[in-house]
Parts: sequence; C-alpha cells; structure tokens
Amino acid sequence: MEFAKNMMVILLTAILAENFILTKFLGICPFLGVSKKLDSAIGMSAAVIFVMVIATAVTFPIYVFLLAPYDLAYMETLVFILVIAALVQLVEMVLKKFMPALHRALGVYLPLITTNCAVLGVTMLDIDNWDPSVSFGTSFGNALLYSIGAGLGFMLAMVLFAGVRSRLDSENTPKCFQGMPITLIAAAIVSVAFMGFGGVVDGLFQ
Amino acid sequence: MFEAYIFPILLVTGCGLLLSAILVVAAKFMAVKTDETYEKVRAELPGVNCGACGYAGCDDYARALCNGEKTNLCIPGGDKVSAAVSTVLGVEVADVEEQFAIVKCGGNCNATDYIMDYEGVKTCAACNSFYQGRGSCSHACLGFGDCVLACKYDAIHIVDGVAVVDKSKCVGCGMCARECPNHLIDIIPATSKVYVSCSSHDKGAQTRKVCKDGCIGCKKCEKACPSGAITVTDNLAHIDPKLCTNCGVCVGECPTGAIKAYQI
Repeated sequence: MEFAKNMMVILLTAILAENFILTKFLGICPFLGVSKKLDSAIGMSAAVIFVMVIATAVTFPIYVFLLAPYDLAYMETLVFILVIAALVQLVEMVLKKFMPALHRALGVYLPLITTNCAVLGVTMLDIDNWDPSVSFGTSFGNALLYSIGAGLGFMLAMVLFAGVRSRLDSENTPKCFQGMPITLIAAAIVSVAFMGFGGVVDGLFQ
Repeated sequence: MFEAYIFPILLVTGCGLLLSAILVVAAKFMAVKTDETYEKVRAELPGVNCGACGYAGCDDYARALCNGEKTNLCIPGGDKVSAAVSTVLGVEVADVEEQFAIVKCGGNCNATDYIMDYEGVKTCAACNSFYQGRGSCSHACLGFGDCVLACKYDAIHIVDGVAVVDKSKCVGCGMCARECPNHLIDIIPATSKVYVSCSSHDKGAQTRKVCKDGCIGCKKCEKACPSGAITVTDNLAHIDPKLCTNCGVCVGECPTGAIKAYQI
C-alpha cells in the first residue's frame, strides 16, 4: 500500500504538478518545433521517454558509485552530458541494426534529443531528489519511475499542444501575430492552466 | 593533489575514451550494408515521387531498377534520366514515350456559369462533394485549382475558371490527373494534337442548356473522321490516340467547338 502510494506520488508529480515542459520549462525546443502534427508529436515523445529512461538507468549508478563517494559532485554536468550523448548514438546504432522499422519511425528524432535539456534535466533532478540514506535499489527504482513520469508528462504536453495548434491554424490570427508569436502566447496560456494542478499531489495524498 | 585535480581529469578522460571505444566497436559490429548501386541510381531519378512509372515513388523505382526493371519508365525524367540510369546500370538506353496532360473540360466563364455562390472550403474536392459542385454542368471543372497545387512543374493553371495545361512545361507525370475529383484530366501521348474538351455524358439537349462548348453527341465528327479514330459513346466523343492522324477534320465539323487542337 505504501509502495503503491509512493509510486502514484512520484508519477503524478512528474506528469501533472511539475510538468517538465509547462512547469519547469525544459525541452521547449522540440515542444515548439515538433508539435505541429499529432503523429510527429507522438513519435517525438515516444523517443524522449525511451532516451530519458535509459539515460537515468546509466547515469544514476555512475553518480552514486563513481562521483559521490569521491567528492566529485561538481563533475555531474560534464560526465552526464558525455554519457548521454554516447548513449543516444549507441541506441541509434542498435535500432538501425536490429529494429529498422522502429528506426525509420523514431530515428529522425534521436539526434534532436541528444542534448535536449529535458533529458539532462531529468538525470540531474534524479540526483537532487536522491536520499543517500535509502537503499540503492529503492532509490534507483524511484529515479526510473520519475523519468518515466517525466517522459509521460512530456508526451501529455506535446499532444495537448498539438491539438491547440491545429485549432490555431484554422483561426483568423492578426497578421503581426501569425506563426511563432501566437504559438508562444498559446503555450504560455496552457502553462498557466497547468498551474491549476499545483496542489493535486498534496491534496490527494494527505 | 591527486585526489583533488588529477583524479577528476583522469576520470573524465577515461570515461570519454571508454565511451568512444564502445561506439567504434559498436559501429563496426552493427554496420548496416548500404547498396552503392541503389544510391547511384536513386541520385539520377528526379525525386518527384509521382508514381507514373507504376512504383510507389522514386525510392521504390530505384530499388526495382537495381533488380533489372526497364529504364524508360520515368515520364517526368524523360530521355535524359533514362540515359543516365542506363549508364549507371550498364544497360542499353531505351526511348521514353513522352506524354502530356489535357483537361477534358472547356467550360470557362464564356461557355457556362455557376448555379450557386459557394462559400465553403475552397478546394475542388470539397466543392464536388456539395451537390456535385457549383457548375451548371455536373461534370464541369470547378476551378479551385487542386490540380494546380499538385503540379510540381508549374504546367497547369486556372484561366477564366477552368484548368488549362501549358504543353511546353507539362511532363506527363499524372499527378494532376490523380487530384481532379471529376477525373477531367487525361494523359495522352505527346504526338496527339487533337482532343475532346468535354466529359459530359448528359443528353445533347441537356448539355446545350448548361454549356455552350459541351459535346452534344451529334456524331458529325465520327462520320467525318477518315481514320475512324473518333467514336461517340453515351453522348460523348472520344479520340483514340493510336488511330488519330492529327488531320483536324473533326475540329472543323464540331458544331459546338468541343473538339480542340494544339497547332496542327
């Protein structure tokens, strides 16, 4: 029971209360660039979830066992970026060789998310939320859950905004607002709307 | 000294070298073989992806060519592409039969008019699904230009409310023919100069009422043709390009001017 409650808190926080795009403003580049069509939005989010989970799985143990014990916490950014970039290249090669259909669907997005700040953000926030007193297994599981939630929140924001943008396309926007200006304004309004989720997690699991 | 400075530098350098080693090994093991001939052949094709060759786009045709398909199937590319592809593959050059598009409707603003003031979505496909379109003739060209948008060679335009093909720019890829919801566009051999600019199967009296230039099925052309190339079926004349000699007799005989000719 306690385990399930813990899982729900982590997932709901990552998806709703602290949505990566709309609350933390990470990963705005693909959000504005790829959210025009629904299928490319879904494809991009699937690729992001994939990369976030694998990146967490590799960087979390590196921090816990290699950086923290030797007081090298300040090397976090450098080492994480190095690992994530190499990892995404490896994943692309594996996909191309063993799953060509999946590579044709998602592969074009993989270079785009190599240095996406949302992916680096997830790995660094996992470290911020790491409690050294808890056993490694539990904290590793929590970290993975958090990154899955972050990816799902990314997907939710992208899909919602793809819907908003397709509505915007058929509206009579004033000439000076057409294109990027009205998109940014719409994104800001959606972000304010998501502020309404601020107390959801505390309220549900008092 | 070692702890504070050398160790971190060694750590990051070591990480970098280890990761690059993994990537290099992985690249060797998981290299996907790309066929060089395919790349060269694909580079020679125009990349319009029109499907006139009968394959699903230029990628597909390139793949078929590597497996021994005929090299003269690309209509937009013409003789130039056929020669280039034949050189790459090392086979004999075959001549491409040039084609171009014709619009089988001459119902411009002078010949016919609209029965409604259409305010809906301004595409031919949408207009056609609304009570068979806005023209008096149900088979008419709707004039919203779906075909114009489909053409990548700027060869078709809407002039006076009806689509007109610029023969000098048309390569006969057939993309406009696929877009037209009334199926008004035909692809005929480049040697044909005479064509029937009407698609209406309505009876003569009905056609006369709605359009000045429509085919009324009177059969004067059929009787006049010396080669038997033109036949009237179901109130509409049709020219067989294989039999037509471009003599132009039918053009003179037609009472409504439904048969048109490029310079004979």
